[in-house]
Amino acid sequence: MPFIHKHLIRIKDLSASDILTILDSAESFLEISTREVKKVPILRGKTIINLFFEASTRTRSSFELAAKRLSADISNFTSQNSAVVKGETLKDTVLNLEAMKTDAIIVRHAAAGVPHFISTFCTSHIINAGDGAHEHPTQALLDALTIRQAKKSFAGLKVVLVGDILHSRVARSNIFLLNTLGAHVVCVGPPPILPIEFKQLGVEVEYNLDRALEGADVVMMLRIQLERQQKNLFPSLREYRNLFSLTPRRFRRAKRNAIIMHPGPINRGVEISADLADSVKSVILKQVENGIAVRMAVLYLLLGGKESEITD
Amino acid sequence: MKLLIKNGRVIDPSSHTDETLDILIDNKKIVDIKPKITSKDARIIDASRLVVTPGFIDMHTHLREPGFEDKETIQTGSLAAAAGGFTTIACMPNTSPVNDTRGVTEYILSEAKKHAVVNVLPIAAITVGLKGEELTEMSDLSSAGAVAFSDDGEPVSNSHIMRRALEYSKFLDTVIIDHCEDKNLSAQGTMHEGYYSYLYGVNGISDSSEEVMVARDIILSEKADTSLHLAHISTKGSVDLIRNAKKKKLKVTAEVTPHHLVLTDESLQNYDTNLKMKPPLRSNEDVQALLAAVKDGTIDIIATDHAPHTSDEKAVEFDFAPFGIIGLETVVPLLLDKLVHKNIISLERFVQMMSVSPAKIFGLANKGKICKGADADLTILNLHKENIIDANTFKSKSRNCPFHGWKLKGEAVKTIVEGKIVSSN
Repeated sequence: MPFIHKHLIRIKDLSASDILTILDSAESFLEISTREVKKVPILRGKTIINLFFEASTRTRSSFELAAKRLSADISNFTSQNSAVVKGETLKDTVLNLEAMKTDAIIVRHAAAGVPHFISTFCTSHIINAGDGAHEHPTQALLDALTIRQAKKSFAGLKVVLVGDILHSRVARSNIFLLNTLGAHVVCVGPPPILPIEFKQLGVEVEYNLDRALEGADVVMMLRIQLERQQKNLFPSLREYRNLFSLTPRRFRRAKRNAIIMHPGPINRGVEISADLADSVKSVILKQVENGIAVRMAVLYLLLGGKESEITD
Repeated sequence: MKLLIKNGRVIDPSSHTDETLDILIDNKKIVDIKPKITSKDARIIDASRLVVTPGFIDMHTHLREPGFEDKETIQTGSLAAAAGGFTTIACMPNTSPVNDTRGVTEYILSEAKKHAVVNVLPIAAITVGLKGEELTEMSDLSSAGAVAFSDDGEPVSNSHIMRRALEYSKFLDTVIIDHCEDKNLSAQGTMHEGYYSYLYGVNGISDSSEEVMVARDIILSEKADTSLHLAHISTKGSVDLIRNAKKKKLKVTAEVTPHHLVLTDESLQNYDTNLKMKPPLRSNEDVQALLAAVKDGTIDIIATDHAPHTSDEKAVEFDFAPFGIIGLETVVPLLLDKLVHKNIISLERFVQMMSVSPAKIFGLANKGKICKGADADLTILNLHKENIIDANTFKSKSRNCPFHGWKLKGEAVKTIVEGKIVSSN
């Protein structure tokens, strides 16, 4: 199926076949990163900007390496060293960057809707690298690739998402993607960060982690941020850990071949016990590895490289 | 100079009039109203096929002057009001400086006298600097011309201060207007909390952030036995509380904005900052409750909450854009099309909410009615003219309007203030 999107802003815009096209393409890019010379000339001459208004190491480096392995030129722009601190508006910043003849802009911002906002006045391809609590599409895609490598098919899989669902763009993008591919998603967390209305997004809402883990195929832990406690969304990290931390004892309720995922960065000993994070059940580093291939696929599909060049 | 309006369909809900009549105006007053008036020296307006109503009154606008003249001025706001069919507007005190002293009230009135084409009524602050700490000199402000009191936008959070304000207003023959919002509950929210805020990943503003304050205010006004007017009501729960208060015959009145009657939170899918305001656009269930409240009288009046902001201020990230949209120039076409023509409310009820009831609630003695001796403030409507809303033609300085491009049936064709035609389409 042809991939006919100009931007990648939300998983919600993608059909099942769009998602599978990206995953298939990513599979074919995986091998490039294992070569002695990790580079193909598919996007030679393309200019890409990494426009990050929020701290990020993993996602930004992943996009940067993906672009470089496709031979694109990529420049990093972060708000800490930008004119934004001098009071320039986002719109002016983006228009200035685009005047440098960019082909794609990868944007991360703390406010939901920013990638869409940029796409309304900008002609470059826009790739959402995370906007507020809205979406983080490439994370969901790399998660999907990782799940597919372990489970082959999505239909009927029980995927348990644990943590701060309300504030998580990773959770939203995963919910939309997994629903589209036919998996069964169960969200777990305390009620203030897991509103019951999430049921309307097509997931099961569960407050008891032990119950949720019964028969799970995939357990995806989300990072819990200390500032949430300061807003009284739960009383203390101690209590949170007692109720929602993934421990070996709890994990035994999942299926024997269940996998453990985490979008990172992990809080060892908080949402997940250190020994589980390092165990054979954990695919956390596999997710990171797959991230590069998925981002190569996204850049390739959006910026219009030619299929034959992959083996060049 | 005399003015004679001939052959108009005169709708005056205050006297249950709905018939074809002529209206003669002389020296700022209505001097005669009956079929077939003749006058040799009057200028004649032919209102055949048009509707003549008492002048529309908007008790909730932000004219931004003094202090924020890049957004709006008393002059441009009044021109926008006239173009939209309003003859009287009240302006909120969140200017810079805040309208919390006689000097600012007098300044607004003197600027209005020089530059405004409609009647401008200042609303003064309840507390000094809108800080919610000490009461303003309410008697002095009233005598200077403040028509009501409100800390709109920065509502009084301390219930004790609110209680004292309500009590103190008792001997002043004024009204306390409250923007009901518990800011601890609304916090960092920028849209209605519910399915769509979860879907779009935006911080929510819960319905309870409004409702707890509506409940508090109703309780306090009942104990103080003074008039309370609730600004821009937006939720089903608030409607239920107000309906209950009215059953108990409390002195509670309420307004709703046009946008809360025609738009829902679903529309925020593209993060359009011209759909960002407080209270936020609510759920469809809330909108249905508001429409029912408009029909049954639980909600008394329409108010625009005209809140101008510059295009640059709105061309930013959704989270960072200021709250508020303009409304003076769109409310008439919007509500004629979406409410009257759709038979949700009658034309008479519409006129009542736009003119008769605001005049009554705020004690505007000679307004909101068409009779001998009343102020010659009139609005003339063409119910059937279709227009496409074009924000670029607005008289307002600002363009933050979500209805740009909407095709709507019905408009205000002439606005007459004290016998003078101040807008004509």
